[in-house]
This record gives sequence, structure tokens and C-alpha cells, in this order.
Amino acid sequence: MSELSRDGLDDQQAEGDQHDIAPGDEQLDGSGVLEGVRGYLIGLALAMGLTLCSFILPATGLIYGPAIPVALIVFAIAQMGVHLVFFIHITTGPDNTNNVLALAFGVLIVLLVIGGSLWIMANLNHNMTPMNQVMSMQR
Amino acid sequence: MLLGKLTLAALPLDQPIPMIASCVVALVGASVVALVFIKGWAPYLWKEWITSVDHKRIGVMYTILALVMLLRGFSDAIMMRSQQALALHSGGYLPPEHYDQVFSAHGTIMIFFVAMPFIIGLMNFVVPLQLGVRDVAFPTLNSVGFWLTATGALLVNMSLVLGEFQRTGWLPYPPLSELRYSPGVGVDYWLWALTISGVGTLVSGINLVTTILKVRAPGMSYLRMPMFCWTSLASNLLIVAAFPILTATSAMLLLDRYLGFHFFTNEGGGNVMMFMNLIWAWGHPEVYILILPAFGIFSEVISTFSGKPLFGYRSMVMATMAICLLAFMVWLHHFFTMGAGADVNAFFGITTMIIAVPTGVKVFNWLFTLYGGTVRFTTPILWSIGFMVTFIIGGMTGVLLAVPPADFVLHNSLFLVAHFHNVIIGGTLFGLFAGYTFWFPKAFGFKLHEGLGKAAFWCWFVGFYLAFMPLYVLGFMGMTRRMQSYDVPEWRPWLLLAAAGAAVIFVGIVLQIVQLVVSIRNREFLRDGTGDPWDGRSLEWATASPPPVFNFAVLPDVSGEEAYWSIKERARASHRLSDEPDYQDIEMPKNNPTGVICAFFATVMGFALIWHIWWMAILGLVGAFATFVVFAWQDITEEEIPAEEVARLDRANRASRRARLAELEAATVQR
Repeated sequence: MSELSRDGLDDQQAEGDQHDIAPGDEQLDGSGVLEGVRGYLIGLALAMGLTLCSFILPATGLIYGPAIPVALIVFAIAQMGVHLVFFIHITTGPDNTNNVLALAFGVLIVLLVIGGSLWIMANLNHNMTPMNQVMSMQR
Repeated sequence: MLLGKLTLAALPLDQPIPMIASCVVALVGASVVALVFIKGWAPYLWKEWITSVDHKRIGVMYTILALVMLLRGFSDAIMMRSQQALALHSGGYLPPEHYDQVFSAHGTIMIFFVAMPFIIGLMNFVVPLQLGVRDVAFPTLNSVGFWLTATGALLVNMSLVLGEFQRTGWLPYPPLSELRYSPGVGVDYWLWALTISGVGTLVSGINLVTTILKVRAPGMSYLRMPMFCWTSLASNLLIVAAFPILTATSAMLLLDRYLGFHFFTNEGGGNVMMFMNLIWAWGHPEVYILILPAFGIFSEVISTFSGKPLFGYRSMVMATMAICLLAFMVWLHHFFTMGAGADVNAFFGITTMIIAVPTGVKVFNWLFTLYGGTVRFTTPILWSIGFMVTFIIGGMTGVLLAVPPADFVLHNSLFLVAHFHNVIIGGTLFGLFAGYTFWFPKAFGFKLHEGLGKAAFWCWFVGFYLAFMPLYVLGFMGMTRRMQSYDVPEWRPWLLLAAAGAAVIFVGIVLQIVQLVVSIRNREFLRDGTGDPWDGRSLEWATASPPPVFNFAVLPDVSGEEAYWSIKERARASHRLSDEPDYQDIEMPKNNPTGVICAFFATVMGFALIWHIWWMAILGLVGAFATFVVFAWQDITEEEIPAEEVARLDRANRASRRARLAELEAATVQR
């Protein structure tokens, strides 16, 4: 097959596709079970830690008051990262290209639609004639 | 109470046109059903088609649905053209409330129940064959998707007989579509038909994305896939990303109408503009969902009939994926004039103009593919060249409309109507007809009549220009869209010309029907014995026509772009076919009626919700869920095709190809 293919890139890709695994599909060859459980436990600990932080830290006053929303957003994004890595098993390996691309595409579309909608809707309000002026024009 | 809002008053007994139309439809439908039962075709239809999970049969059924609905949508078009031709200083023959339903139904039907099922049908049929595989990723889901689409079409047609269709235009813009201004069932028909068929489209999109990403023949890497597979991938990615927005938006409008929510009302903190924003965040990707697969069809057709590989394959892939992303960044251009400020309008105007660049790349690639090729002027290539000429005009008026100041002058005028018909007919529909003619012999084993096909093309082509170029002029003269009557005498000649154009298109449609009938009657003469009637280049031509249920006896081993062309080259070089493979048993999914039963209950539910028959709605919902549970509990879902059967079918295919090879070699020796 290799002498017929035009370049190495195609071969690599074809190989990458075969090793591609679906989310949640793990190779259960016995030896990995312990490691798998350890992964879930680390994930659980990190997720719980982040959840607790977002409840406790704002209450303790350790964070500058107006910055609390930002801190909560940081915890939330970190939480998503923990879930992706430890529970949904998104990795940077070649067997995960499709999953990473699907995630990236999804995130991009969500950002475009939500960001675009917020921008458009805010802009529409900006350009509205204020209500009191409408009233005075009607008079 | 038992029948909700449904009473005898729902029948349009006082309106002759819908009454006669629905009687004719009912009569034709009843006679078809009667014929099926009298001839004893019912068991065959049920076992081999209705319950089929074979992607080829589902593809054919999608296409048949689209062609039938094309007739319905086109009869609406004829009514509009004739109404406007007559309605100077008078009411014409369609009263306003009926005319409003006609143009709303025309748009809804043509987009959702003609273009979409036609596109999805061709993708379903062709993509697995081009990828060199036996089936799609989720065969039963595929069947569910088709039948849910059919449910939507059925509900829209039901509105002809029972009650009314919406009068809001093809998209139910609030506040007009809210309960206060549209208290009838028309908007509900639209919402439930689109919600149910939208779910069908979404599952079909998921199925095709998964198929293209995960189910390919050995060696079929991404950059060896035929162009049609790439454009299908892009189109289905857009379906997966965009259709949930449509479902969510119609769900919000449903909540407004059924439960008194205030998403899009004027009072109670609602915001009408959120509907425009969301519907077009779906609506713009939708137009690329429709056009991208057509671009793929043209790529296949042009390369096949030029006898050359596609020029600039990789740039074509890049352009396709660029359009796929940009499609999500332009939606505001559908409502430039609804209050957005200069910076927002400028941003979306510029992204809209940028999207013309990858499209231009594609046009040049097609031109360079034709250039220097030995072009065979068959019907599919006529559609393709007709497309290039027409689509470029439509694209340029689109770039013009992308300039916000120009849009402020031309928006909502017939110029806009001419523009989008220019790209949808000249792009999508011409592409679908090219694909229909191109792959028809693959699906049924015989070609369509060439002469009639060419005549139909010329009628469509000429008719299109006659019908829509006057609309550009009328747009400049200030005629707005959706006018039931008018009193400007200067418009009249152009509207008469447009009506004449619609009549020429009508002749084209009649010729297409005649072509189908004549081709079926002369099928022995038009028979394609080789499975490769056009000297094709991709894998769908490597199997017999029509393909056996398992598509390929052995999965082809792909070693480069244009997989089938290289197989043929090898056979010509070595003067023989490759060695006979070792045949093995093949497991294929068993047909099952999950899809059609699910859709039956979905129809019951949709109908009940439209008419507020709550007990029946619960019945439909529970029934659909129960069908799913029964399917999930099935143990045996596959059946085995023995190796001998596979060998028998494949030997016949190989024999026809060996004969063809010998024929070719004899011709070479003589020369």
C-alpha cells in the first residue's frame, strides 16, 4: 500500500483513523483497571475541591469582593477542564483527534452564536430611540 | 372537549380552491393506495421499502418525497405568479388571507420538504457508496429520520384540508405569529411540522457525520475522499450545529403560544428581535446546508464528464471547510434594517462579502477542470454549466445585498426574492437535478432518457431567466415582496413576463415527469449493464447498478485519490481484473419498522397538539416512546448473507466488467 500512496501524510492519517476511539471507549486489558480507578479518584477529588472552593472562598473574605464573580468563572472553567480530562477522557493523543476537533467546533459555534447574539441584541437596544423621545415625537 | 378545537368548521367548505385541491390530492392518494392493495404490492412495499434500513432505499424514498412535494410547492408558485399577473387594480382571484397562506406554504415546502429531503436523499444514497462501505453508522436512526421528515410534510399538507396554514411568511416572525395576532392553527401547523421534521433532519445529520468520520473503506483517508463526501461532511456538521437552534427557537414560540410565556411578545419583558436573531442564526447556516452538497455534486459531475481529476482538490476542501465556518458568522445580514448600528452592520456585511471568496475559488476550480478536458455534453453537465452561469449572477447580487446601504434600499423588495431564487434554483435545485440524472442509473440500473432530460434542462434554464430577471427589475422599481394586489401599471408587463417564465418552468417539470415515465417504459433499452455508465472515477461506480444490499462484496482497498479510476487504470495496464477475492459471509442490519411506527405516533402527537386534543397528544408521545423501548430490547438486529450468495452477485458484476474491459481493448487494437 505504501508504494502506491502519494505521500506520507495520507498514510499517517489513515492510521490515525483506525486508532481513533470514541469518548468513553477504554481499552480494558486488565492491567489498566487500577490506573483507571485512580484517574477517576483524582478527578473526583479535584472536582470536589473546586466546588468547595467556590462555596468557601467567597465566604471567607480572602478574595477582594468585586473580583468574586471572576473567581467563580475561573473555578467553573477549571471544573469543566477537570471533567473533560478525567471523566470524558479528552486527551491530546492521536487517538483523540476527532473528539478534540468536535469539542473545538462545538465550543466555537456556541461562542459565535451566544457572543454574536449578545452583541447584536445589545447593539439593537443602543440604537433604540429612548422611550421619552418617542412619546414627545408622538405629541 | 374530546376533539379539542377541531370542529366541522375546520373544513374550508366555503373556499373552492383549497377544497378542490384537497379533493384532488385525496383522490390521487386514495387511488395510489387502492392500486397498491389491488395489485398486491403492499407486502413488498412494507418489507422492502417502508421498513427498510438500507441507506440506498432510504435515500430513494427521501428523493421521492422531495419530488412529490416539489409539485405541491410549484403549484403554489404558479398561483402566486398568476395572481400577481392579474391583480392590477383588482383583487385577482386569491383573497388576501388565502394568498398569504400560499406564499407562506411555498417557502416552507420548498426549503424544508423539497430541497432538504432531496439533498439528504442524495447524500444518504451516495456517501456510503463513495466511501466504499456497506452501510451508514446508524441504519435504524436513519429510517427514523426519514419518517419524521415525512411526518412534517404530511402535517403541512394536512393544513390544506383541516384549518389553515400560517400567513406570516415562510418564517413565523413575531409579534404577528404570536397568539394575539395569529389565533388560528396556521402557525401551530408550521411549528409542529418543523419541530418534528427538524428532529428527523438532526438525527440524519448526526448519522451522516458519524458515517463520514468513522465508517470508511480501508485506506480511505480524509484527503482521498471524493469531493461530494467532503461537502456532505461540511453540510452535516452545519446541520448538527444549526438545527438545535431552530428546534429551540420554535420551542420558545410554542411556549409563548401554548403556555403564555413571553419570549417574543411585546409585553411581559419579551423581545421580538430575539426571534429574528435566533431564527437567522439557524437560517443562514441552512442556506449553506443546501448549497454545499450541490457544490459537491457539480464537482463530481464536472470531473467525470471532463475525463479529468478535479482541479485543485485540496483548495476545494479548504474552501468547503472555510464556508462551513463562515456560514456561522454572517446571520445578521438577514436583518440589517431592523435596528442594528453601523459597526454591527459593517462587521456582518464584511463577513458576508468574505464568504464569496471561497465560493469564487470553487468556481475557478470547476472552470479549470473543464479547461482542456474532453467534455461530454450530457444532461448532468448541462445542469452544471447552467448552474455556473446562473449562480454567479445570484452570487453577485448577493454581494450587492451584503452592502448595508444597498440593503436598506433593496430589502424586502422583489430584488431580494429574485436573489434568493437565483441562488437556490440556480444553485441547489440545478445541482439536485444534475445529481438525480447522474446517480439515477446507479440507483435503478438504467439511464434516464437523454433527449427529454436536455429538453427539461433548457425549459428550466430559459424559464428561470424569464421568471426571475423581471423580479430584479421590479425590485428596482420599488415593488415589495408578498403583494396580493397593486395599482402601479408600470409593473404589469414585468409580472406578465415572470408569469410566462413560470409557465416555461412548468413545461420543464412536465418534461421531467414524461422523461421518468418514458425511461421506465424503455428501461431495457436504457439498461446499464456495467454499473459504470459514465466512466466514473469514485467508488460508487465500482459496484453493480443497482448495488446489492451489501454494496461491496469485499471492502475496496483505497490507495489514492479517485479510488475507482485507479482500479480501472490497473486493470487496463495489466489487461485483466484483479484476482477474485475470498468471499465471506456478510452481516447486514435487519429491516425493522421502528422508524415508520415512531413517525406514526409523532404524526398523531403533532396533529393532536395543533388542535389541542390533549389525550391524543399523550397517546402519541407514549406510543413513540414505547416504540423506542421495544426497539432497544430487540436481541437479533442483524442477518447474515452467506458467502455463496455474495460470490454469485459479485461474479456477475465482475463478468460485466471483464466484458467491458475486453470491449475497450478490442477497440484499442482496432485503432
